[in-house]
Amino acid sequence: MAAPLSVEVEFGGGAELLFDGVKKHQVTLPGQEEPWDIRNLLVWIKKNLLKERPELFIQGDSVRPGILVLINDADWELLGELDYQLQDQDSILFISTLHGG
Amino acid sequence: MVWQVLEGLSRESAKRLRFVPGIVCIDEGAACGLSPEARAKALAEMKLILQTVGFPWHVVALEEVFDLPPSVLRCFAQEPVGTEGAYKAAVDSFLQQQHVLGAEGAGDSPSLAQGEEQLSWPCTQDPQNPQSPDRPPTAAQTEALSRLFDSVKTLTAKEELLQALRTHLILHVARTHGYSKVMTGDSCTRLAIKLMTSLALGRGAFLAWDTGFSDERHGDVVVVRPMREHTLKEVAFYNHLFAVPSVFTPALDTKAPEKASIHRLMEAFMLRLQDQFPSTVSTVYRTSEKLVKAPRDGCAAGPPGPRCLLCMCALDIDTADSATAFGAQTPLHLSQTQPPTPPPTAPCCSAGMGRVQGCCGGARPCEREDPRARVIEQLCYGCRVNMKDLPSLDPLPPYILAEARLRSQSCFPRACIEQQIQEYLVEDSDDEAQTGES
Repeated sequence: MAAPLSVEVEFGGGAELLFDGVKKHQVTLPGQEEPWDIRNLLVWIKKNLLKERPELFIQGDSVRPGILVLINDADWELLGELDYQLQDQDSILFISTLHGG
Repeated sequence: MVWQVLEGLSRESAKRLRFVPGIVCIDEGAACGLSPEARAKALAEMKLILQTVGFPWHVVALEEVFDLPPSVLRCFAQEPVGTEGAYKAAVDSFLQQQHVLGAEGAGDSPSLAQGEEQLSWPCTQDPQNPQSPDRPPTAAQTEALSRLFDSVKTLTAKEELLQALRTHLILHVARTHGYSKVMTGDSCTRLAIKLMTSLALGRGAFLAWDTGFSDERHGDVVVVRPMREHTLKEVAFYNHLFAVPSVFTPALDTKAPEKASIHRLMEAFMLRLQDQFPSTVSTVYRTSEKLVKAPRDGCAAGPPGPRCLLCMCALDIDTADSATAFGAQTPLHLSQTQPPTPPPTAPCCSAGMGRVQGCCGGARPCEREDPRARVIEQLCYGCRVNMKDLPSLDPLPPYILAEARLRSQSCFPRACIEQQIQEYLVEDSDDEAQTGES
């Protein structure tokens, strides 16, 4: 019962290599039964945006350790990590601090 | 990929740092297999950022290692000339330079820049011209560099080799331009990973130098790591919040699978552990702080011991120790029991005494056998293990081989003496040895 959301997904620190080199993506998440949270967003990214090597970005349920996630310029650990519910016009930034990719 | 923050060297008005930095950027595209267009693009972006920063900068291509002199592998005791008296002159010229560069060069703009691992900046009292002429590397050099890296069998050895070459190049640039210190941007996380990786690679003896704050193994140029207290997370947040411009170029192990090299494996291990136990990195870091650089003999006035050819740390191998695996690994001295044959074609010992004559015959197998053993002999354990993955030493830059040759010649007498003893220990079936002894 969630309305479609429009969020900005950004990649930095080399993570953009997995997304064709495009850093900013303005995405519109379709409406669905359950509310959108980061967990669902990751699944959506994996299905729609990730062009190659999903294991370099996602590990299991969450992002690979070494990839920082900022939601509206705040650390996602402060906002509940995977359970944070997305709002319209949120900005999610993934920064890779890893050596390769 | 490592991010480095250029802290407000000019902005800290409360405690203004009193040195003039320059920036060195090494273009490693050839080693990573980048196309020339990609390299040119990355370089252009880098230059843009460097220009806004306002410090003198030098862009050096990794191919220039083929032009390095062997002296880069030697350790000089004193500081480069021109540090004391030239201070005033340096400050004057710096002020002039600032004036020329205009307001943008002054402390107003956020003098923060970010780069990849190859960006490090020396600090000096002798500033250079704002721009250094960059000569694009010749195709032959690029080809030679690619050949070198392609001939290395494992990614681990490639990374180590890249690290060594990069260090030599930076050292050379620093010495040429009169810089006395080199600052690198290794963060806490990066150093913790490096510490564990070094342990796995057999470089445990040099941990204090590899991960400590200051690294004086090169003598005149000191490598310092001012960012070692900041974790990568802090750096990343800082960069993002302060809109620090950055350039990202793929490195050697970009997109490599997790087990491709020891470095990658260790990085994945540490980061995963850090996820579950948030104090992992800081614990490793604190442990590294406790490492002390003890001098080997405890005697500062004594002659410096032999140093590793590549990493320039004091050698940690006792070649005479045949009980350990190292002794077995270096058959150089122990298996030289080949009977000495026809007189040497080239005089290898400068002193033409009769005594030397005898061992000259015996030690000549040293010359005759491949120079590989000669080079291996001069490396520390960690570097030796890496060399195993390099099937042939030919693609190595000439300065390494030249220095190896030079060192083995200068320590020839020692080899001679060992050879003499060896011939006494073995059956006295060598007539020449006996006649050679007076």
